[in-house]
Amino acid sequence: MKMLTCKDASQIMSQSFDRRLSLMEKVGLRFHILICKSCDTAYRQLDFLNSLCKRIAAKPDDVHAMLPGLSAEAQERILKELRQKQDE
Amino acid sequence: MSADHGSNKSKLNNPEEWLTLHGDYLFRFAMVKLRDEHLAEDAVQETLLAALQGHQNFSGNSALRTWLVGILKHKIVDIIRKKVREPTLVNVDEPMEWGDDVVTEALFDNTGHWVTPCQDWGDPDKVLEQKRFWKILTECLKRLPPQLALLYSLREISGMETEDICKDLNISSTNSWVMLHRARLGLKQCFELHWLGEGQAGA
Repeated sequence: MKMLTCKDASQIMSQSFDRRLSLMEKVGLRFHILICKSCDTAYRQLDFLNSLCKRIAAKPDDVHAMLPGLSAEAQERILKELRQKQDE
Repeated sequence: MSADHGSNKSKLNNPEEWLTLHGDYLFRFAMVKLRDEHLAEDAVQETLLAALQGHQNFSGNSALRTWLVGILKHKIVDIIRKKVREPTLVNVDEPMEWGDDVVTEALFDNTGHWVTPCQDWGDPDKVLEQKRFWKILTECLKRLPPQLALLYSLREISGMETEDICKDLNISSTNSWVMLHRARLGLKQCFELHWLGEGQAGA
């Protein structure tokens, strides 16, 4: 079996979030991580980003609280469009 | 209580009220996914217009807001689809043209090893609160090519399945994996520079 480089390993790590890995890929990745501290850390970093994004998706209120609402101009513009549509 | 949320049928063709009651919520929802004020405003407008046209289809079983959010999600995907396929940017069918893969080239040397060792970030629940994470994420997504940022957002923030994203955006799975890999590494790099770089003690 050809040894994975860190670059190869990073690709497989990323894809592990998007699809089922083949057995070969799983074994190759696990072995690489066992001997490469940087890739072990990188995998945890990707997981870190992932889990915080998931938390926003699950509980968006904190983020919503930081965001402004619709501007007055946008409200007016949208309302105009709606009324126009209503009159059709 | 439920009447306040608009499940009352008599309110169903009163778009002024929809805008007052739900406009800000819909806008913020769209901002989280699109991070662009104008695109988010467009998404809200398209949603309300579609709702006005289709309000007969609203069963009244769910809250009006839930129904509107359902429409909004589709509108957001429509907007992203248009953006991703914008011919003025890069061709999504040619992953090799994606900025010649500057992100990954910068991170690995020519033997495929990390140029700088990766640093341990610790436990996400403990080291980074949600608001601060969001601020850094927004900044870092801005630095990615726009299509990568939108694709990442669909996958990780909207939580869409890769299969559905590929179908909706009409790109191959292989391309989506390549793009998501670049987006993730780009963000990882950006977090290392702008979160850890500033020093966790600060701000």
